[in-house]
Order: sequence, then C-alpha cells, then structure tokens
Amino acid sequence: MSARPERPGVPNEAGQLALRAMGLRASFDDTDAVADLTLEVHQGELLAILGPSGCGKTTSLRLIAGFEAPTAGSLELAGTVVADDRRFVPPERRGVGMVFQDYALFPHMTVLENVEYGLRGRDDKRALAIEALATTGLSALGDRRVHELSGGEQQRVALARALAPRPTLLLLDEPFSNLDLALRGQVRQELHDIVRETGITTVLVTHDQEEALSIADRVAFMARGRIVQVGAPEEIYLHPRTLDVAEFIGDANVFYVDVADRTVRTPLGSFDAGPARRRAAVVIRPEDIQLSEVGTPATVIQREYYGHDQVLHVRFENGSAEDGPFEEGDTVRVRLSSRERLDPGQRVALRLPEPPLVLDATDHEPAAGG
Amino acid sequence: MSALSAASGPFRRTRSARTTRRPSAALVVAASAVALIALVPPVYLVARVSEAPADAANAILARSTLDLTVRTLAFAAAVTAIATAIALPIAWLTERTDLPGRRLLAILAAAPLAVPTYVGAMVAISTFGPGGLLADLLGRDLPFAIYGFWGATTVLAIFTYPYVLLSVRPAVIALDPRLEDASRGFGYGRWTTFRRVILPQLRPALSSGGLIVTLYALADFGAPALMRFDSFTRVIFIRYESTFDRTGAAALASVLAMLALVVVALEVWTRGRRRYDAIRATGAAEAPPIRLGRWRWPALAFVGSVLSVALVLPATVLGYWLIRGLAAGEAVGGLWDATRDTLLGAGLAAAVTAAAALPVALLAVRHPRSAITRPIEVLAYTGYALPGLVVALALVFAGINMGPLYQSLAMLILAYLLLFLPLAIGATRVSLLQVRPSLEEAARGLGRSRWNVLRTVTAPLASRGILAGAALVFLTTIKELPATLILAPIGFDSLAVRVWSASSEAFFAKAALPALMLLLLSSVPLAILEITGRRR
Repeated sequence: MSARPERPGVPNEAGQLALRAMGLRASFDDTDAVADLTLEVHQGELLAILGPSGCGKTTSLRLIAGFEAPTAGSLELAGTVVADDRRFVPPERRGVGMVFQDYALFPHMTVLENVEYGLRGRDDKRALAIEALATTGLSALGDRRVHELSGGEQQRVALARALAPRPTLLLLDEPFSNLDLALRGQVRQELHDIVRETGITTVLVTHDQEEALSIADRVAFMARGRIVQVGAPEEIYLHPRTLDVAEFIGDANVFYVDVADRTVRTPLGSFDAGPARRRAAVVIRPEDIQLSEVGTPATVIQREYYGHDQVLHVRFENGSAEDGPFEEGDTVRVRLSSRERLDPGQRVALRLPEPPLVLDATDHEPAAGG
Repeated sequence: MSALSAASGPFRRTRSARTTRRPSAALVVAASAVALIALVPPVYLVARVSEAPADAANAILARSTLDLTVRTLAFAAAVTAIATAIALPIAWLTERTDLPGRRLLAILAAAPLAVPTYVGAMVAISTFGPGGLLADLLGRDLPFAIYGFWGATTVLAIFTYPYVLLSVRPAVIALDPRLEDASRGFGYGRWTTFRRVILPQLRPALSSGGLIVTLYALADFGAPALMRFDSFTRVIFIRYESTFDRTGAAALASVLAMLALVVVALEVWTRGRRRYDAIRATGAAEAPPIRLGRWRWPALAFVGSVLSVALVLPATVLGYWLIRGLAAGEAVGGLWDATRDTLLGAGLAAAVTAAAALPVALLAVRHPRSAITRPIEVLAYTGYALPGLVVALALVFAGINMGPLYQSLAMLILAYLLLFLPLAIGATRVSLLQVRPSLEEAARGLGRSRWNVLRTVTAPLASRGILAGAALVFLTTIKELPATLILAPIGFDSLAVRVWSASSEAFFAKAALPALMLLLLSSVPLAILEITGRRR
C-alpha cells in the first residue's frame, strides 16, 4: 500500500515551509489514530485535510497543535523542530492558533476578555484585541457574554481569539460543522476572506468535500491514518489517485471490469486500461456523461430534480452494452442541466466525450493504489 | 512498504505516548501527596499495634472483643434496617402518591440531617430518660429504660434515615411506571409487583444509602456513648481516656477499621455483580400520582410522626431547656468563644479539604485511565470508611512523633481533611466533568501553562462544585465530635464538645444553647448547598 504524497512545485515564493511533518504517528492503546502523517505546508497557504470521520484528521491537527505527542516521527514548524523522538515543545510555546470544533470559548469571560486571553503580558493587549475583533467584524460585541452570541458570532470570536496573538500557523477543526446549512456558505466566505487578508498559513480539517474544494489552495486527502493524496482541488477531483479519493470526493459511477488486451470495456465504450493490470475500476463522474444523438441506448428509470441540475438514473438496454451485464448493475447516474425535461420511461442515448479514470482494482481492494 | 515509511524508520522505535492526556508531574505529585497523607492513619495504627504485639493480640483475641464485634454489627444492622424502613415509605409516599402536602414534606423529611446524633441522644435522654421531662410531668419514671441497645438504635435510625432517603429518592423518581403496569398486566398483585419489580430497581440506591448508615452506625461515637450502649467506639474511647490502655485502644480501633473496610468491600463487591441500574428505560413516562384513597390519612400520620420525633421534638425540647437554663442564670458568655473556634476549625477544614480534593478530582476526571489514578482515588477514599475516632487515635499515635504538630490546630484540621476528603472530591468531580477539555486546550494553545490554565479557566468554571464541596465539609466539620474531642488543642473550644460534655453529665440546660447554635450554623451551609444545587 502506497502513501506517497505528492510534492508539487511550491505555489508561493520558494522558501520556508510553515509546517513539515515526517512520518508522524499517534497510537493510543496499540491502535494507530494516525499511522503516518507526512505533509508539507507552505507559507501563506490554506491547506485542507479532507477525509471521512475517524480517518485521523482531527488527531493530526492535535499533533500539530501539541495536544498530543507523536509516538513516532518528527514535526517542524517554521523550520524549528517542535516534536521528534527527543524534543517535545508544549502547545503554549508553539505559537499556533487553533479554532476548535466546539469553539471552546470561555463561558466565564466576555468576548473581549476571551480575545485578550492569549495576549497576556503584552503592553498593547487591549489594542491588539480590539484590532482582532475589528478584523472579524465583532467590534460591537466586545462586552457581550459568550452565551449571548449566535453560532456564527461565536465562531468569529474563536477566530479572533486565535488570530489576536499573531500565530505563525492557524488550525481550524471542522470550523463549519456546528453552523446550520444556510449560514455555512456565508461564514465560509467570510473566514476565507479574513484568512486571506491576514495572509496567515492555515490548516483546516473537514469531512465536507465542498468545503475543502471551495476554499483550500491544496487539499490533502486522508484515509485510515495516512495522507493518500495531496494536490490542488482540481487535481484531487479530476485525478484521484485511489478509489478512496475518487469515491469520497464528488459523485462517481464505478464499474469493476476485467482488463483484456490493456483495455477496459464499459457500457459507454472501451478505454485504455492505463495502470490497471487484471481488474480495473472505471470511475465515471455523472456530469461527464452526455446525452447525444449517437451513443449507447438506455432508458430513464428515475429522476432526481435539484433545481440547478438534475440526476437521472439510467438503465442500459439489454444487449446494448458491449459486454454487459456489469458487476455494479447496468445503471448509471447522469447529471444534467435541469432545463431538459426527461421523465422515467423515456429513451435516451449516452456517450462519454472524454476517456474516464481507470484505476487498478486487481485485489478488488478499493484502496489499492499504484 | 513505501519509500516514506522506510524513511521514517529511524523514528519507528516505540516511545511511550507522551500526550497531554498524560497527567503532568505536578498534578501527580500533588495528588500523590494527598493520597500519602491519607495513608497516615492506617500506617500509624498498624505501627502502634505492632509495638506491643503480644498485648495487642490479647486485646484482639479476647472473648470480650468477639462479643463487642457481634454487638456492634447487630447495632449497625438494626439501625440500617430501621432507617430503611423509615426512608423507603417516605420516599415513595412523597414522590409517587397524592399524599397531602407531599412537596413540603419531601423537603422537611431531609432536614433531620442537620441534627447531630449526640444532640438527638441528648434530646431523647432529657425527654424520656429517668428524671427527664416526661418523668417530671408524670411524677414518676417511665416504665421502660431509654438506655442501651434499643435506645441507641432508635436514636441513630431516626437521625440517619435521611441518608437512605436522599439516596433512594432519585431512584424512586426514575422508576418506570410502565414496568409496574406490565407486571400487573401479567396478573401479579401489588405486593408481588413491589417485591419482584420495584424493589430490584431500587436495590442499588437502597444499598448505597444503607452503606452510609451502616458505616455511620459503626463509626458514631456521641449517640452510643450518651445512650450508654457499649459499641466499639465507646469501648475504645473508655480504654483510651480512662484506663490509658493505648495499645488496647489501638488494637480495638484496628478491628473496627477492618469491620468498616469489610462493609465497604462487601458493598463494592455486590454492586459489581448487579446491573439493574444500567438498564433504565429511556423516556420513562411521567407517572400520574398513585391515589392513596383511604390510606391517605394513615400515611400522613406516619410521615407526620417521623417528622415530629426527628424535627419538632428536638426543636421543642432544646427550646424548653434553653428557656429554663436562661431563667436559671446559665452563662451565655462562653458561647461566643466556642462559636468562634467552631467556625475557625470548620472554615479551615473546608478550605484545606477543598484544595486537597482538587488535584485528586482533576486526576480522576481528566486522566481516568492513567495507571496511577485508581490507587490514589482508593487511598483518598479511605477516610470514608475509617471512623472519626479511629483516625483521631491514629493521629495521636502519629503526633507523638511529630513534635510541634502534636496537640496543634493543624493536627485537628488534618483529621478533618482525612475524614471529609471524599465529600469534597465527589462534589468537585461532578463540576469538573462539566468543564469541556477543549476549553483547557484552547487556553494552552493561547500560550498559558498548565498551572495558569488551572487558575484562570478550570478552577473558575468548576467553582460551584468546589464551593459545594467546601460547604459540605464545613457542615460536617461543625457537627464532628470524636476527633474534635480527642485532638482539639488546649484552649480550643467547640460547640460539639460543649454539647457532649454537658449532656454526658446531664446538664441539659447547659447543652441547649450550644446545641441550638450548632443547628443554626449547620443551616447556613445547607442553604448554600441548596442554592448551588438549584442553580445548576
């Protein structure tokens, strides 16, 4: 099993890394919460660690913050080793700001007192706190008690509190999961703007692909305690390296087929098997399938209407597929603009303009990579 | 094996997980220090006994010791049985039935907790004893003797039943009426339903409340001594005080300590094998009160008579003796000294104990699975099992080797700390459980050290529980008798000791004023506890 994260060309000024983790491991009671965290984050970058729940992403964040000590591996922040097999710098001396999933605001303090908490011993404490409140648009709320605030406001207080001491690195643990859906998009944009404005290096942890893809410079996909793939959002989406990534990010039709003559056959045509050896998983995004005059004949069996678009469940007609039936059934989901009205029973023809993604599935192990 | 995991090879040796989940050295040291202090009484008791092993063996193996053991166990068992017989019906009547005035009665029924058992005994003797109020009124002595086994048992049961009541009441409230309905639906009668369905659900609460009363009966000194019942504590005290047989006293104290530990172990063991409390049905329906019908008035009479004996009688009798004493020119002056010293002792005990409880509670809440937590907790809870008299004697033996500590106020405070630490730990622990760990981590991440976080975040947020623990210790210390009697430094005047010495010489008028003051002082922390409990 390979975990070989990419190191693409440094997107920002070639220079210091804000964070460099080498083989970090965290075990509790003989099980690895994080098996191997190897990751580099560049100065000023916004990186999202994305993965299903229980994949070790929150523990990764806690390792970086210093709330857990690694069982193995090393961690550098801004070029300084903060954890390896000899050293362990405690969280209060790492200069890392963290926004917790539950915000962790101090209920016995006002908003201003919360923000000032991290500025102890600074002469300009009050000024810095007021500035941080201004940055997050909270200037009017300084005297409020935490429980008087809405969820979105609480989140901004947590952000202001984390930013006030000017940390070198900002960590966000599932920052939007406690907000209701209607608020999420707006708060996400606000947070993105604030982080961009301050230019602070940010690592965000989320299980929401939309969140990760929409605001991160790069996305690190994590599964079973390892970073599986790191790349720009487009790259992760268009070129997932493993089935894990492909299935988690975006919607996917997956056909498991045998490789013959370095070719895979699907109802939508035959394609180059690429790296696949004996078995292949052919991953077809629903939005990559088009209706056309000439193509594989099929029948609409179900329609999910979403307003901005629609998803059709389409069954290939008997004998229409070159080598049917296929293991995952002979239906696919097709995402189309919602303008065209297509009802169940209607006959259509489908085609795939671009060759699909083909991954090796020799062991029929979804996670098996190259 | 990928290139990267090979590269991480040098780091692969297992290193003990050094997480913030592991307790800090300072916390471990502080909690261990508390636990080590808790070891002082058992260690010195054993040391004292082994100084003269032959004499100690004689004292332990004497026929009289066996009699004493049987007598004391019978006493504790009888007290527990009677207290349960009083508490269970009151809990059920005030929570599940349409008993008239049940809300008020429910509150009043817990109030006898504020009456120390030696005050209860003094009231009983001065009312029903030879030459007491009733004898005065009737012009001759009553046809029964108030002293001895049954007198002591009755007095103790009447003033300790609230422990069972407080323990069983939540369980009665949580009873799922649908289970009773189900049982009746299968054709079982009321009595069978009670025995087979209700009682098993209440058993854990009854047994933990019963345990408190059993330990109380084993440990209580004031009531048995005044009621002239030779329980362990009275015999030990007489040996120590009158005959200066310290080895004998230490030997008997060891036997009593063992009895108490066996009782605790028994309760822990049986609780471990029961699982009734784990299967409480969720969403238990709000039960309509059971209609008592023609049993209403007998039920009310039962609750009323318990309260008359446990509350009205003490208040009336103490009031009577107070007036009679004042009329006879009883001096009021010394009362202030005794009040001041009592408050000083209880205040110091509350502060010291609350402070000592914090590291133990922190360790228990934040690091429950750390290997060191369990032994520290067990040690800190030994005071729960050891009778006050035993702890006091052990400290006397220890104090002889401690120079300036001997017969100092510090020694007395130490005894209170050992005895009441579990009360403070329990209350602190509950409030610590409500402080989310992420708050402490956020504070660390904002540049504060562990100690600073404890001071600025954890302690303020847990302050309610810490305060409740301190109030509980304060309340209990005010009433404490045997340790105060034995360890109070020269010149230290306490209300409890005043009540006791006046009562033991039948100067009831002299005892009334400090006793009333004691009740007054106890009601303040009770009110604090009530208020902090309500606001939650």
